[in-house]
Amino acid sequence: MTTARSIIPLLNRLISRSQPSRSVTYMHRPGDGSPRPVTLIPGDGVGPLVTDAVEQVMEAMHAPVYFEKFEVHGTMKKFPEEVLDSIRKNKVCIKGGLATPMGGGVNSLNVYLRKELDLYASLVNCFNMRGLPTRHENVDIVVIRENTEGEYAGLEHEVVPGVVESLKVITKFCSERIASYAFEYAYLNNRKKVTAVHKANIMKLADGLFLEACREVAQKYPAIQYNEIIVDNCCMQLVSKPEQFDVMVTPNLYGNLVANTAAGICGGTGVMPGGNVGAEHAVFEQGASAGNVGKDSIVAQKTANPVALLLSSAMMLRHLQFPAFADRLETAVQKVILQAKVRTKDLGGSSTTQEVVDAVIDALD
Amino acid sequence: MGGRSIAAGSMKLKGMVKHAIGSGRSVTYMPRPGDGAPRGVTLIPGDGIGPLVTRAVEQVMEAMHAPVYFERYEVHGDMKRVPEEVLESIRKNKVCLKGGLKTPVGGGVSSLNVQLRKELDLYASLVNCFNLPGLPTRHHNVDIVVIRENTEGEYSGLEHEVVPGVVESLKVMTKFCSERIAKYAFEYAYLNNRKTVTAVHKANIMKLADGLFLESCRQVATKYPSIRYNEIIVDNCCMQLVSKPERFDVMVTPNLYGNLVANTAAGIAGGTGVMPGGNVGGDHAVFEQGASAGNVGNEKLVEQKEANPVALLLSSAMMLRHLRFPSFADRLETAVKRVISEGKYMTKDLGGVSTTQEVVHAVIANLD
Repeated sequence: MTTARSIIPLLNRLISRSQPSRSVTYMHRPGDGSPRPVTLIPGDGVGPLVTDAVEQVMEAMHAPVYFEKFEVHGTMKKFPEEVLDSIRKNKVCIKGGLATPMGGGVNSLNVYLRKELDLYASLVNCFNMRGLPTRHENVDIVVIRENTEGEYAGLEHEVVPGVVESLKVITKFCSERIASYAFEYAYLNNRKKVTAVHKANIMKLADGLFLEACREVAQKYPAIQYNEIIVDNCCMQLVSKPEQFDVMVTPNLYGNLVANTAAGICGGTGVMPGGNVGAEHAVFEQGASAGNVGKDSIVAQKTANPVALLLSSAMMLRHLQFPAFADRLETAVQKVILQAKVRTKDLGGSSTTQEVVDAVIDALD
Repeated sequence: MGGRSIAAGSMKLKGMVKHAIGSGRSVTYMPRPGDGAPRGVTLIPGDGIGPLVTRAVEQVMEAMHAPVYFERYEVHGDMKRVPEEVLESIRKNKVCLKGGLKTPVGGGVSSLNVQLRKELDLYASLVNCFNLPGLPTRHHNVDIVVIRENTEGEYSGLEHEVVPGVVESLKVMTKFCSERIAKYAFEYAYLNNRKTVTAVHKANIMKLADGLFLESCRQVATKYPSIRYNEIIVDNCCMQLVSKPERFDVMVTPNLYGNLVANTAAGIAGGTGVMPGGNVGGDHAVFEQGASAGNVGNEKLVEQKEANPVALLLSSAMMLRHLRFPSFADRLETAVKRVISEGKYMTKDLGGVSTTQEVVHAVIANLD
């Protein structure tokens, strides 16, 4: 890291923006370096391409992780029990997206996984990357979204033919724990502000309950600024003045839309990292996927962008307490983006996934 | 387009050919005797910046000698219901122009804006978000019309606390409402020479509710074979809006998504201060600022009288067209666009320092 900093001053600012430029001396306990198993689900669409990218980079770094691969596809009726057992054993999983069929009777397996393992917080970090100019600058937003209830309760019924009721369920329990997670995240990551996103002027009871929970938790963190914003104003502010947002805590549906909008303004879903976490397990995946697993042409030509999943795997390495490996991986990825020579189509280039992976491996210290 | 000579002088209408409004065509509208008789329009100043911007519209209408007269009624967001006399007036006049009504957050009072829309069954809300020449934004070639279902969906107002700490909120979707909003959207596209209608949904998760909405859209689409129809999931839609907004044309959405999509689109095209819109039903039409981001302006704007009147002026031009006074509508829109394109009189949200009154004077000065 020291060599890179002295060569490229821009890279210096870049690194010090995403993490303080400290030399990390992590005094570990004997045995901390033994390899950790991680469940790997390649998934559908671009999933296998990008998870393979992660495997290659991990191997090149000699990172102390090994992957247990399982095939799961969005067309399966249920999530295979052996995969769930593996995640329960390993506590950590990295996955590609699972394609959810529209309509019909099959529920989304992505949602099923989150509910089954009670991964109640979904986190997406949307920020401007050096070397990737976008229409908005100084963006660094973390969207923390409630992952298990709200509009995704999956409770719908047809009252009479032609009239459907869909239940949105909000509970104090879930609202409290997501608010606690958001403030704790802000506290641990030196963030200054938490913004709650809601529509309590219309859904007074449901979103009102969510707001109450946020306000209660806010009182326990007096050093962190707390404010609230109605979701339609929030969308508008996101596209005009995104630099005003820091950490945002939202119920399920709004979080989905806010996260995808924020990802879009910072460079697209191909670069934003994220993950889902619960009390006992963590599943890392591309931060925002805009509800799809990539176009067929991208899969066929192998031009999917691996950056998002690589950065998510760096988050995973930090989660597993391997900070030096995480730093190396992130630095390498950021170098590749900054140099702008090897880029996939969504960032304006013409490289394939493999070319980006090779560039990242080259850039590793 | 030869008609540009009309709008000559300081106009730089390069990219605006697509826009029928203000494109400088000469309209010869052969009226029937009596068509010029003044029409009554209900006017509700409302809260916050409402009185400022509705006053701006009144001034401009008077300067144009437009054949409308306003019947003004005071309504405020903290009233329990919309007063019956106001509803009577709107039912008589069929057309209303209003500022926003402030909705208290939480508590027991329902939004009066929503109440008005449900009472008069104004089932379609329309917001036109487009780039204005002279107003640079981060996105170009934007011209999106968001048609949003206005009466059901997540705004049914049916919530209850099952047990303390557990709340259920009902989202109701019906075939009837989905069909009529889809029909309105395709009819709008047909009458305004638009090429594509995009349905926004989340039917991968809410399979029955949004599935019903999609079915209705597909059925109506088969009746308009020359209009292209496609569907997009709402989270992908938000992302596409901020990266490639030029690919959207007319969008038809259920209630909540429409609110978010409209505000996002307004934000990328210049802000809620300039986008026109309105609500229309089978019998009545209520025109107001297109997207308001759920508020009635901050207090500073009200005190210093710096609210942006452009959105409501453009909405009142839509109202004039609705009342069949197209040449007045054209004059008004041309004047407003000239003011924006010259860039001398702009309120704070557009980067200027003018007050509402200064913008109004500039618009009046620019009227043909």
